[in-house]
Amino acid sequence: MKHLLGIEGLEGDDIEHLLELTDTFVEVSRRRMPKVPALQGRTVTWLFYEDSTRTRLSFEQAAKRLSADTLSFSVSASSVNKGESLRDTVETIEAMGVDAIVVRHRSAGVPHQITRWVSGSVINAGDGWHEHPTQALLDCYTIREHLGGVDGLRIAVVGDVKHSRVARSDAWAFTKLGAEVTLVAPPTLLPPSLDGWPVAVSDDLDAVLPEVDVVYLLRMQRERMTEALVPSLREYTARYGLTRSRVDLLGDKAIVMHPGPMNRGVEIAADVADLPRAVVTDQVRNGVAVRMAVLFELLGSGGER
Amino acid sequence: MKSVLIRGGRVVDAGGGRVADVVVEDGRIAAVAADGSDLAGDVVLDAGGCVVAPGLVDLHTHLRQPGREEAETVDTGGRAAALGGFTCVLAMPNTDPPVDSAGVAREVLELGRDACCDVRTAAAITVGRQGAQLTPMAELAALGVRFFTDDGTGVQDGRLMRRALEYGRGLGVTLAQHCEDDVLAAGGAMHEGAWSSRLGIPGQPAEAEELMVMRDIALARLTGGRVHFQHLSTRRSVELVASAKAQGLPVTCEATPHHFTLTDERCSSYDPVFRVNPPLRTDDDVAAVRGALARGDIDCIATDHAPHAPEAKEQPFDQAAPGMLGLETALALALTHLDLPIADVLALLSWRPAALLGVGDRHGGPIEAGRPANLCVVDPAATWTVDPLALASRSRNTPYAGMTLTGRVRHTVLAGEPVVVDGEAQR
Repeated sequence: MKHLLGIEGLEGDDIEHLLELTDTFVEVSRRRMPKVPALQGRTVTWLFYEDSTRTRLSFEQAAKRLSADTLSFSVSASSVNKGESLRDTVETIEAMGVDAIVVRHRSAGVPHQITRWVSGSVINAGDGWHEHPTQALLDCYTIREHLGGVDGLRIAVVGDVKHSRVARSDAWAFTKLGAEVTLVAPPTLLPPSLDGWPVAVSDDLDAVLPEVDVVYLLRMQRERMTEALVPSLREYTARYGLTRSRVDLLGDKAIVMHPGPMNRGVEIAADVADLPRAVVTDQVRNGVAVRMAVLFELLGSGGER
Repeated sequence: MKSVLIRGGRVVDAGGGRVADVVVEDGRIAAVAADGSDLAGDVVLDAGGCVVAPGLVDLHTHLRQPGREEAETVDTGGRAAALGGFTCVLAMPNTDPPVDSAGVAREVLELGRDACCDVRTAAAITVGRQGAQLTPMAELAALGVRFFTDDGTGVQDGRLMRRALEYGRGLGVTLAQHCEDDVLAAGGAMHEGAWSSRLGIPGQPAEAEELMVMRDIALARLTGGRVHFQHLSTRRSVELVASAKAQGLPVTCEATPHHFTLTDERCSSYDPVFRVNPPLRTDDDVAAVRGALARGDIDCIATDHAPHAPEAKEQPFDQAAPGMLGLETALALALTHLDLPIADVLALLSWRPAALLGVGDRHGGPIEAGRPANLCVVDPAATWTVDPLALASRSRNTPYAGMTLTGRVRHTVLAGEPVVVDGEAQR
């Protein structure tokens, strides 16, 4: 594997392989000295055109635990407006000598475009509404950790699917691993077309909850109000929020997931977020090991193993 | 001026086809005679195996001058046009400053005097293309402007469009509309559908185009003003205009080569060379555009030649400038991808657009003695591969790079002067 651009282009076996590799790095992370020299001498750089706290920190932690050197390139929106093309920026970084570029951008497809201009690996850390593959991998890993596997599970992905790269990557990952996925959202928050998506659709959360093993809540962004996609956050919460009473509709073993940051009181009630079945902090913790696995898979083979 | 003999070709014009030699002298066709005649010329252009046709006319060319000379100039765009077989192009007014006053219109026409092509200009409908106040349409019409358009955007205000049509009717001019409802299309960087949903690229629905087509058909009915619909791209747009024509309304329309050859699936490469407005649509829309071209429901092919410098295209897909080159590939794409006799293709690219623009006295006319000598000589069997670096345009944003096409312009004659000989520009 040269790049990690999205889940759509992977096979189920590729995903399984990365999850197995993650096991190794979970073990490393538990050591008293959680660091291995696997990527010594390799340089990883961050190219984040969009604010991110957890994804960036998670990648940074992963790279450091693999002993890679890290370079940070801070991109302000203004540098784009100064007339520098995306290509110029990327070629500047490339000229400094890096082995991998971890990129986040608010426009879909930027990681794909970058692969045409660099010799190193490109890792998509979120591109617009398109994909966020390492999030999907850590979600799969977390499900596997709690429920033993993904195959055969029924998973509801609830909320703003239309604008969600997490939903797209998760829908591909979960179904490639054999789960049945139901998207639950008002029609305004679904993609205009679901042709070719291996998913079911519902707008009735209450009907779906008793059937599922995993309920995955997406972040509801406040700006969606101004676009008239839902009448109000209050109405959204009433229909699609995971309230305490709705949790009772879930089966005993069902887990609750969220990519963060959570809007407590909107898509998830505060007391639900703190239930043991809400595995949000496990997702974050597994994120580091998953990203170690991805970096190792892309960069490790040419190094000392 | 040297006389030119175009020897051994098959002459094709609106009147049909016949094998004949053509002699051009002093800017006009001096003689047309059957093969084997003893016509002579100072310069001889071989047309063996070729079709000798009236020069092509493009109703939709962005020459980018003034203001965006890094992307194209009247000079470079004119050369690209000549190499594509065009002897007349209509420059779009969305320059910087826009062609919204007599001064800018004169500048463009002045620049065009030295070009390899007869350069006409359209003018904006509204001042600054801001959609608020009409341009001095009568003053511009007096300079020879026949088409008015805010191309790049559509006139959003229905009342203003009504006034423009009413005022324009009195001047005998045509209002050309870029049909796009800004509110419905807002933020959309490609066609909204299965591909946009999957790729996570914000889409604009076909209805954003169709709503404005519907409105302007209604306004043509209300005002009697002439509306030309630019670059129609959806099945329903095409059907709406065909039905309006059947009702006798004064409407015409064009389609671009990219809308009859490419679909939104191309955007899956995330290569901004495929970003264009209106966006590339579905297979069904492409089939509808082809069908309408074959039936004559679409009056002509127009290129929407839209050069952009590399830095405007080497951006994220949804932030890259929309538009693609078209002048040097249009005829070959039509010959390769439309299943039409060459005379029908030439009708769509030459005499029909010439008539719409009101330049039929100089371009697209019958090839007979006494007519102005604006001609192109096409080898319909020649195959070639599109190489962006080999194009005469100053920009490189062709979506056809590496594609093999059949049909190539061999010579172009502008006002009696060979401006392209054997595929090479002469100035």
